[in-house]
Amino acid sequence: MAVRKNQAGLSATDKRNFVNAVLELKKRGIYDGFVRTHEEFIMSDRDNSDRVGHRSPSFLPWHRRFLIQFEGELQKIDASVSLPYWDWTADNTPTASIWGDDFLGGNGRSRDAQVMTGPFAYSTGKWNINASSDNRPYLQRELGADGAQLPTRAQVDAVLAMTTYDTAPFNSLSEGSFRNYLEGWRGQGRVHNSVHVWIGGQMATGYSPNDPAFWLHHCFIDKLWSDWQRMHPTSGYLPAGGTPNVVDLKDTMRPWNNVTPADMLDHTKFYTYDR
Amino acid sequence: MSSNITRRVVLRGTAVAVAGAALVAPTAMAAGRGAMTGMDHSGHTGHGGPQPFDEMYQGRHIVGKAAEPGSMSAHHGDGFSVFIDDRELHIMQNGDGTWISIVNHYLPLADPHAIARAAVEKLRGAELVPMMMNMAH
Repeated sequence: MAVRKNQAGLSATDKRNFVNAVLELKKRGIYDGFVRTHEEFIMSDRDNSDRVGHRSPSFLPWHRRFLIQFEGELQKIDASVSLPYWDWTADNTPTASIWGDDFLGGNGRSRDAQVMTGPFAYSTGKWNINASSDNRPYLQRELGADGAQLPTRAQVDAVLAMTTYDTAPFNSLSEGSFRNYLEGWRGQGRVHNSVHVWIGGQMATGYSPNDPAFWLHHCFIDKLWSDWQRMHPTSGYLPAGGTPNVVDLKDTMRPWNNVTPADMLDHTKFYTYDR
Repeated sequence: MSSNITRRVVLRGTAVAVAGAALVAPTAMAAGRGAMTGMDHSGHTGHGGPQPFDEMYQGRHIVGKAAEPGSMSAHHGDGFSVFIDDRELHIMQNGDGTWISIVNHYLPLADPHAIARAAVEKLRGAELVPMMMNMAH
Protein backbone atom coordinates (compact mmCIF):
# COMPACT_ATOMS: atom_id res chain seq x y z
CA MET A 1 0.00 0.00 0.00
CA ALA A 2 1.44 3.31 -1.11
CA VAL A 3 1.91 6.07 1.45
CA ARG A 4 1.72 9.51 -0.10
CA LYS A 5 4.10 11.96 1.54
CA ASN A 6 4.56 15.71 1.77
CA GLN A 7 7.05 16.62 -0.96
CA ALA A 8 8.89 18.92 1.46
CA GLY A 9 10.07 15.87 3.40
CA LEU A 10 11.15 13.64 0.51
CA SER A 11 14.69 12.25 0.56
CA ALA A 12 17.01 12.80 -2.38
CA THR A 13 16.35 9.18 -3.36
CA ASP A 14 12.56 9.64 -3.20
CA LYS A 15 12.82 12.68 -5.46
CA ARG A 16 15.11 10.94 -7.93
CA ASN A 17 12.88 7.87 -8.14
CA PHE A 18 9.75 9.96 -8.70
CA VAL A 19 11.40 12.11 -11.38
CA ASN A 20 12.88 9.11 -13.17
CA ALA A 21 9.54 7.29 -13.25
CA VAL A 22 7.82 10.39 -14.67
CA LEU A 23 10.51 10.76 -17.34
CA GLU A 24 10.13 7.10 -18.27
CA LEU A 25 6.34 7.49 -18.71
CA LYS A 26 7.05 10.45 -20.96
CA LYS A 27 9.55 8.47 -22.99
CA ARG A 28 7.05 5.63 -23.47
CA GLY A 29 4.34 8.02 -24.68
CA ILE A 30 2.07 7.21 -21.75
CA TYR A 31 2.40 10.59 -20.06
CA ASP A 32 0.97 12.60 -22.96
CA GLY A 33 -2.17 10.45 -22.91
CA PHE A 34 -2.96 11.85 -19.46
CA VAL A 35 -2.47 15.40 -20.76
CA ARG A 36 -4.87 14.81 -23.66
CA THR A 37 -7.52 13.12 -21.53
CA HIS A 38 -7.48 16.03 -19.09
CA GLU A 39 -7.81 18.57 -21.88
CA GLU A 40 -10.73 16.71 -23.48
CA PHE A 41 -12.64 16.89 -20.22
CA ILE A 42 -11.71 20.54 -19.66
CA MET A 43 -13.25 21.41 -23.03
CA SER A 44 -16.40 19.31 -22.66
CA ASP A 45 -17.21 19.94 -18.98
CA ARG A 46 -19.71 22.79 -19.05
CA ASP A 47 -21.96 24.52 -16.55
CA ASN A 48 -25.12 23.83 -18.55
CA SER A 49 -24.48 20.36 -20.01
CA ASP A 50 -22.73 17.07 -19.16
CA ARG A 51 -19.83 17.67 -16.77
CA VAL A 52 -17.62 15.06 -15.14
CA GLY A 53 -14.05 16.15 -14.47
CA HIS A 54 -14.54 19.78 -13.54
CA ARG A 55 -17.11 22.32 -12.28
CA SER A 56 -19.27 19.50 -10.97
CA PRO A 57 -19.61 17.21 -7.91
CA SER A 58 -17.39 14.55 -9.47
CA PHE A 59 -14.43 16.96 -9.70
CA LEU A 60 -12.96 15.29 -6.61
CA PRO A 61 -13.65 11.59 -7.33
CA TRP A 62 -12.75 12.06 -11.01
CA HIS A 63 -9.34 13.49 -10.14
CA ARG A 64 -8.87 10.86 -7.42
CA ARG A 65 -9.36 8.14 -10.05
CA PHE A 66 -7.14 10.03 -12.53
CA LEU A 67 -4.34 10.25 -9.95
CA ILE A 68 -4.69 6.57 -8.98
CA GLN A 69 -4.27 5.65 -12.63
CA PHE A 70 -1.21 7.87 -13.00
CA GLU A 71 0.32 6.59 -9.77
CA GLY A 72 -0.29 3.04 -10.97
CA GLU A 73 1.63 3.79 -14.17
CA LEU A 74 4.50 5.23 -12.13
CA GLN A 75 4.53 2.09 -9.97
CA LYS A 76 4.84 -0.14 -13.03
CA ILE A 77 8.15 1.68 -13.62
CA ASP A 78 9.22 1.74 -9.97
CA ALA A 79 7.08 0.03 -7.32
CA SER A 80 8.58 2.22 -4.58
CA VAL A 81 7.12 5.43 -6.00
CA SER A 82 4.00 7.16 -4.69
CA LEU A 83 2.56 10.55 -5.53
CA PRO A 84 3.91 13.32 -3.28
CA TYR A 85 1.66 16.18 -2.27
CA TRP A 86 2.56 19.87 -2.28
CA ASP A 87 1.18 21.98 0.55
CA TRP A 88 1.25 25.32 -1.23
CA THR A 89 0.03 27.10 1.91
CA ALA A 90 3.41 26.31 3.50
CA ASP A 91 5.88 25.98 0.61
CA ASN A 92 4.61 29.10 -1.08
CA THR A 93 7.55 30.88 -2.71
CA PRO A 94 9.34 30.52 -6.07
CA THR A 95 12.46 29.51 -4.13
CA ALA A 96 10.84 26.62 -2.20
CA SER A 97 12.62 23.28 -2.56
CA ILE A 98 9.89 21.85 -4.80
CA TRP A 99 11.33 24.09 -7.56
CA GLY A 100 14.87 22.82 -7.04
CA ASP A 101 17.10 21.39 -9.74
CA ASP A 102 16.76 17.96 -8.11
CA PHE A 103 12.97 17.92 -8.30
CA LEU A 104 10.56 19.89 -10.49
CA GLY A 105 13.03 22.53 -11.68
CA GLY A 106 12.55 26.25 -11.36
CA ASN A 107 10.65 29.24 -12.63
CA GLY A 108 10.61 30.12 -16.31
CA ARG A 109 13.04 32.75 -17.60
CA SER A 110 11.62 36.21 -18.22
CA ARG A 111 12.01 36.28 -22.00
CA ASP A 112 9.71 33.39 -22.88
CA ALA A 113 8.75 31.76 -19.55
CA GLN A 114 10.78 28.69 -20.55
CA VAL A 115 11.84 26.47 -17.65
CA MET A 116 15.63 26.24 -17.92
CA THR A 117 16.58 24.20 -14.86
CA GLY A 118 15.89 20.74 -13.51
CA PRO A 119 14.82 17.48 -15.16
CA PHE A 120 11.91 18.96 -17.13
CA ALA A 121 13.87 21.67 -18.94
CA TYR A 122 13.56 21.47 -22.74
CA SER A 123 17.34 21.37 -23.09
CA THR A 124 17.44 17.92 -21.48
CA GLY A 125 15.70 16.52 -24.55
CA LYS A 126 13.43 14.52 -22.27
CA TRP A 127 10.50 16.86 -21.80
CA ASN A 128 9.02 18.07 -25.08
CA ILE A 129 5.51 19.47 -24.96
CA ASN A 130 3.51 17.46 -27.47
CA ALA A 131 -0.10 18.17 -26.49
CA SER A 132 -0.83 21.88 -26.29
CA SER A 133 -3.00 24.71 -27.56
CA ASP A 134 0.03 26.40 -29.12
CA ASN A 135 3.26 25.53 -30.89
CA ARG A 136 5.81 26.07 -28.11
CA PRO A 137 7.61 22.77 -27.40
CA TYR A 138 8.99 23.71 -23.97
CA LEU A 139 7.60 23.73 -20.43
CA GLN A 140 6.73 27.22 -19.19
CA ARG A 141 6.20 28.69 -15.74
CA GLU A 142 5.61 32.21 -14.42
CA LEU A 143 5.51 31.63 -10.68
CA GLY A 144 3.50 34.37 -8.99
CA ALA A 145 3.48 36.62 -12.05
CA ASP A 146 1.00 39.49 -12.44
CA GLY A 147 0.29 39.56 -8.73
CA ALA A 148 -1.03 35.99 -8.59
CA GLN A 149 -1.41 34.67 -5.04
CA LEU A 150 -1.47 31.17 -3.60
CA PRO A 151 -4.32 30.35 -1.21
CA THR A 152 -3.53 30.87 2.45
CA ARG A 153 -4.02 28.32 5.22
CA ALA A 154 -6.83 30.47 6.63
CA GLN A 155 -8.60 30.40 3.27
CA VAL A 156 -8.22 26.62 3.06
CA ASP A 157 -9.48 26.21 6.63
CA ALA A 158 -12.56 28.28 5.79
CA VAL A 159 -13.35 25.89 2.94
CA LEU A 160 -12.71 22.82 5.11
CA ALA A 161 -15.21 24.19 7.63
CA MET A 162 -18.05 24.03 5.10
CA THR A 163 -20.44 21.22 5.98
CA THR A 164 -22.21 20.45 2.68
CA TYR A 165 -20.36 18.55 -0.05
CA ASP A 166 -22.12 20.21 -2.97
CA THR A 167 -25.27 22.19 -3.78
CA ALA A 168 -27.57 22.86 -6.73
CA PRO A 169 -27.02 23.77 -9.52
CA PHE A 170 -23.95 21.54 -9.05
CA ASN A 171 -21.65 23.60 -11.27
CA SER A 172 -19.35 26.64 -10.98
CA LEU A 173 -22.25 28.66 -9.53
CA SER A 174 -22.81 26.44 -6.47
CA GLU A 175 -22.89 28.40 -3.20
CA GLY A 176 -22.31 26.84 0.21
CA SER A 177 -20.58 23.98 -1.60
CA PHE A 178 -17.37 22.50 -0.20
CA ARG A 179 -16.57 21.10 -3.66
CA ASN A 180 -17.08 24.38 -5.55
CA TYR A 181 -15.18 26.44 -2.97
CA LEU A 182 -12.33 23.93 -2.97
CA GLU A 183 -12.30 23.84 -6.77
CA GLY A 184 -12.15 27.62 -6.61
CA TRP A 185 -14.93 28.95 -8.80
CA ARG A 186 -16.22 30.60 -5.64
CA GLY A 187 -14.76 31.74 -2.33
CA GLN A 188 -11.78 33.58 -0.88
CA GLY A 189 -8.54 32.49 -2.45
CA ARG A 190 -10.24 30.55 -5.28
CA VAL A 191 -8.36 27.60 -3.86
CA HIS A 192 -7.64 24.96 -6.53
CA ASN A 193 -7.94 27.31 -9.50
CA SER A 194 -5.56 29.94 -8.15
CA VAL A 195 -2.70 27.43 -7.78
CA HIS A 196 -2.94 26.74 -11.51
CA VAL A 197 -2.86 30.49 -12.14
CA TRP A 198 0.06 31.11 -9.74
CA ILE A 199 2.29 28.59 -11.54
CA GLY A 200 1.31 29.91 -14.97
CA GLY A 201 2.63 28.48 -18.23
CA GLN A 202 0.93 25.22 -19.17
CA MET A 203 -0.49 24.90 -15.65
CA ALA A 204 -2.83 27.82 -16.42
CA THR A 205 -4.19 26.05 -19.51
CA GLY A 206 -6.45 23.10 -20.21
CA TYR A 207 -3.27 21.10 -20.84
CA SER A 208 -2.11 21.60 -17.26
CA PRO A 209 -0.76 18.05 -16.67
CA ASN A 210 2.13 18.96 -19.01
CA ASP A 211 3.70 20.37 -15.84
CA PRO A 212 4.46 17.55 -13.36
CA ALA A 213 3.48 20.05 -10.66
CA PHE A 214 -0.11 19.18 -11.65
CA TRP A 215 0.14 15.83 -9.84
CA LEU A 216 1.57 17.30 -6.63
CA HIS A 217 -1.05 20.05 -6.62
CA HIS A 218 -3.93 17.65 -7.19
CA CYS A 219 -2.53 15.23 -4.66
CA PHE A 220 -2.87 17.98 -2.04
CA ILE A 221 -6.42 18.76 -3.23
CA ASP A 222 -7.15 15.05 -2.83
CA LYS A 223 -5.68 15.10 0.67
CA LEU A 224 -7.82 18.13 1.58
CA TRP A 225 -10.90 16.16 0.50
CA SER A 226 -9.77 13.34 2.75
CA ASP A 227 -9.20 15.79 5.62
CA TRP A 228 -12.70 17.23 5.07
CA GLN A 229 -14.26 13.75 5.16
CA ARG A 230 -12.60 13.11 8.53
CA MET A 231 -13.83 16.47 9.88
CA HIS A 232 -17.41 15.92 8.67
CA PRO A 233 -18.09 12.18 8.95
CA THR A 234 -21.83 12.58 8.44
CA SER A 235 -21.52 14.75 5.29
CA GLY A 236 -21.68 12.51 2.25
CA TYR A 237 -21.21 12.97 -1.48
CA LEU A 238 -24.02 14.84 -3.20
CA PRO A 239 -26.11 14.51 -5.29
CA ALA A 240 -27.32 11.06 -4.36
CA GLY A 241 -29.37 10.45 -7.49
CA GLY A 242 -31.59 11.66 -10.31
CA THR A 243 -29.69 14.84 -11.21
CA PRO A 244 -29.41 15.80 -14.91
CA ASN A 245 -25.95 16.36 -16.46
CA VAL A 246 -23.91 15.49 -13.35
CA VAL A 247 -22.52 12.29 -11.86
CA ASP A 248 -24.66 11.10 -8.97
CA LEU A 249 -23.21 9.00 -6.15
CA LYS A 250 -23.64 5.69 -7.95
CA ASP A 251 -23.37 6.83 -11.58
CA THR A 252 -20.29 5.76 -13.50
CA MET A 253 -17.73 8.35 -14.57
CA ARG A 254 -16.30 8.77 -18.05
CA PRO A 255 -13.80 7.88 -19.43
CA TRP A 256 -13.54 4.71 -17.33
CA ASN A 257 -17.26 3.91 -17.23
CA ASN A 258 -16.69 1.32 -14.50
CA VAL A 259 -16.09 3.51 -11.47
CA THR A 260 -18.53 5.65 -9.46
CA PRO A 261 -18.02 8.43 -6.91
CA ALA A 262 -19.14 5.89 -4.27
CA ASP A 263 -16.17 3.70 -5.24
CA MET A 264 -13.79 6.62 -4.66
CA LEU A 265 -14.98 7.81 -1.25
CA ASP A 266 -12.57 5.66 0.77
CA HIS A 267 -9.06 6.21 -0.56
CA THR A 268 -7.47 3.92 2.04
CA LYS A 269 -8.29 0.98 -0.22
CA PHE A 270 -5.71 2.41 -2.63
CA TYR A 271 -3.22 4.52 -0.64
CA THR A 272 -2.87 6.46 2.58
CA TYR A 273 -1.46 9.86 3.53
CA ASP A 274 1.49 10.31 5.87
CA ARG A 275 -0.58 12.45 8.21
CA MET B 1 -4.69 39.44 -47.39
CA SER B 2 -4.39 36.63 -49.91
CA SER B 3 -2.18 34.67 -47.53
CA ASN B 4 -4.86 34.96 -44.85
CA ILE B 5 -7.50 33.61 -47.18
CA THR B 6 -5.23 30.76 -48.18
CA ARG B 7 -4.58 29.88 -44.57
CA ARG B 8 -8.26 29.93 -43.76
CA VAL B 9 -9.05 27.58 -46.63
CA VAL B 10 -6.26 25.24 -45.58
CA LEU B 11 -7.49 25.21 -41.99
CA ARG B 12 -11.03 24.52 -43.03
CA GLY B 13 -9.82 21.52 -45.03
CA THR B 14 -7.87 20.26 -42.02
CA ALA B 15 -10.84 20.66 -39.74
CA VAL B 16 -13.11 18.60 -41.96
CA ALA B 17 -10.55 15.84 -42.29
CA VAL B 18 -9.95 15.64 -38.56
CA ALA B 19 -13.62 15.90 -37.62
CA GLY B 20 -14.20 12.47 -39.10
CA ALA B 21 -11.51 11.01 -36.89
CA ALA B 22 -12.95 12.69 -33.81
CA LEU B 23 -16.37 11.18 -34.37
CA VAL B 24 -15.10 7.63 -34.24
CA ALA B 25 -12.62 8.23 -31.40
CA PRO B 26 -13.88 6.92 -28.03
CA THR B 27 -13.17 10.19 -26.30
CA ALA B 28 -14.91 12.46 -23.89
CA MET B 29 -15.60 14.86 -26.72
CA ALA B 30 -17.30 12.24 -28.80
CA ALA B 31 -19.33 11.02 -25.87
CA GLY B 32 -20.35 14.52 -24.90
CA ARG B 33 -21.33 15.66 -28.35
CA GLY B 34 -24.79 14.15 -28.31
CA ALA B 35 -25.68 15.87 -25.11
CA MET B 36 -24.50 19.22 -26.39
CA THR B 37 -26.47 19.11 -29.62
CA GLY B 38 -29.66 20.01 -27.85
CA MET B 39 -28.18 22.74 -25.70
CA ASP B 40 -29.93 26.04 -25.48
CA HIS B 41 -27.71 29.05 -24.99
CA SER B 42 -30.37 31.64 -25.56
CA GLY B 43 -30.52 32.61 -21.92
CA HIS B 44 -26.77 32.38 -21.50
CA THR B 45 -25.22 35.23 -23.40
CA GLY B 46 -27.60 37.93 -22.27
CA HIS B 47 -29.03 40.64 -24.50
CA GLY B 48 -27.48 40.24 -27.91
CA GLY B 49 -24.35 38.46 -26.67
CA PRO B 50 -20.85 39.87 -26.23
CA GLN B 51 -19.63 42.91 -28.15
CA PRO B 52 -17.78 42.04 -31.39
CA PHE B 53 -14.22 43.33 -31.80
CA ASP B 54 -11.54 43.45 -34.50
CA GLU B 55 -8.20 45.00 -33.56
CA MET B 56 -4.44 44.67 -33.46
CA TYR B 57 -3.23 43.89 -29.93
CA GLN B 58 0.48 43.53 -29.20
CA GLY B 59 1.06 42.82 -32.88
CA ARG B 60 -1.63 40.15 -33.12
CA HIS B 61 -4.89 40.42 -35.04
CA ILE B 62 -7.72 39.54 -32.66
CA VAL B 63 -11.31 39.17 -33.78
CA GLY B 64 -14.44 38.33 -31.81
CA LYS B 65 -17.80 37.85 -33.50
CA ALA B 66 -20.99 35.85 -33.40
CA ALA B 67 -20.29 32.23 -34.31
CA GLU B 68 -21.32 31.04 -37.73
CA PRO B 69 -24.27 28.66 -37.46
CA GLY B 70 -23.10 25.08 -37.40
CA SER B 71 -19.48 25.98 -36.58
CA MET B 72 -17.60 24.41 -33.68
CA SER B 73 -17.91 27.55 -31.61
CA ALA B 74 -21.66 27.75 -32.23
CA HIS B 75 -21.97 25.23 -29.43
CA HIS B 76 -18.48 25.12 -27.90
CA GLY B 77 -18.07 28.89 -27.61
CA ASP B 78 -21.58 29.70 -26.48
CA GLY B 79 -22.42 31.27 -29.82
CA PHE B 80 -19.35 33.50 -29.98
CA SER B 81 -16.03 32.95 -31.78
CA VAL B 82 -12.61 34.43 -31.03
CA PHE B 83 -9.71 34.33 -33.49
CA ILE B 84 -6.03 35.23 -33.04
CA ASP B 85 -4.34 35.74 -36.41
CA ASP B 86 -7.17 33.76 -38.02
CA ARG B 87 -6.81 30.79 -35.70
CA GLU B 88 -9.75 30.05 -33.45
CA LEU B 89 -9.31 30.19 -29.70
CA HIS B 90 -11.44 27.72 -27.71
CA ILE B 91 -13.53 29.79 -25.32
CA MET B 92 -16.28 29.00 -22.84
CA GLN B 93 -18.77 31.07 -20.88
CA ASN B 94 -19.24 30.31 -17.20
CA GLY B 95 -22.67 30.20 -15.63
CA ASP B 96 -22.13 33.61 -14.01
CA GLY B 97 -21.48 35.25 -17.40
CA THR B 98 -17.67 35.39 -17.14
CA TRP B 99 -15.43 33.75 -19.75
CA ILE B 100 -12.37 31.51 -19.91
CA SER B 101 -10.28 30.07 -22.75
CA ILE B 102 -8.17 27.00 -23.30
CA VAL B 103 -4.99 29.03 -22.66
CA ASN B 104 -6.46 30.77 -19.64
CA HIS B 105 -8.68 28.16 -18.09
CA TYR B 106 -8.60 28.86 -14.36
CA LEU B 107 -9.01 32.65 -14.25
CA PRO B 108 -12.41 33.91 -15.45
CA LEU B 109 -12.49 37.33 -17.15
CA ALA B 110 -15.37 39.65 -17.97
CA ASP B 111 -15.86 39.11 -21.71
CA PRO B 112 -14.36 37.53 -24.86
CA HIS B 113 -12.40 40.71 -25.61
CA ALA B 114 -10.53 40.44 -22.31
CA ILE B 115 -10.06 36.72 -22.92
CA ALA B 116 -8.56 37.37 -26.38
CA ARG B 117 -6.12 39.96 -25.02
CA ALA B 118 -5.11 37.71 -22.14
CA ALA B 119 -4.46 34.88 -24.58
CA VAL B 120 -2.23 37.13 -26.71
CA GLU B 121 -0.23 38.00 -23.59
CA LYS B 122 0.11 34.33 -22.63
CA LEU B 123 1.07 33.25 -26.15
CA ARG B 124 4.05 35.66 -26.35
CA GLY B 125 4.01 35.39 -30.12
CA ALA B 126 3.32 31.64 -30.32
CA GLU B 127 0.68 30.38 -32.73
CA LEU B 128 -2.48 28.59 -31.69
CA VAL B 129 -2.79 25.01 -32.84
CA PRO B 130 -5.88 24.67 -35.07
CA MET B 131 -8.78 23.94 -32.72
CA MET B 132 -9.99 20.79 -34.43
CA MET B 133 -6.51 19.34 -34.09
CA ASN B 134 -6.86 19.60 -30.33
CA MET B 135 -10.21 17.93 -30.34
CA ALA B 136 -9.26 14.95 -32.47
CA HIS B 137 -7.45 13.03 -29.79
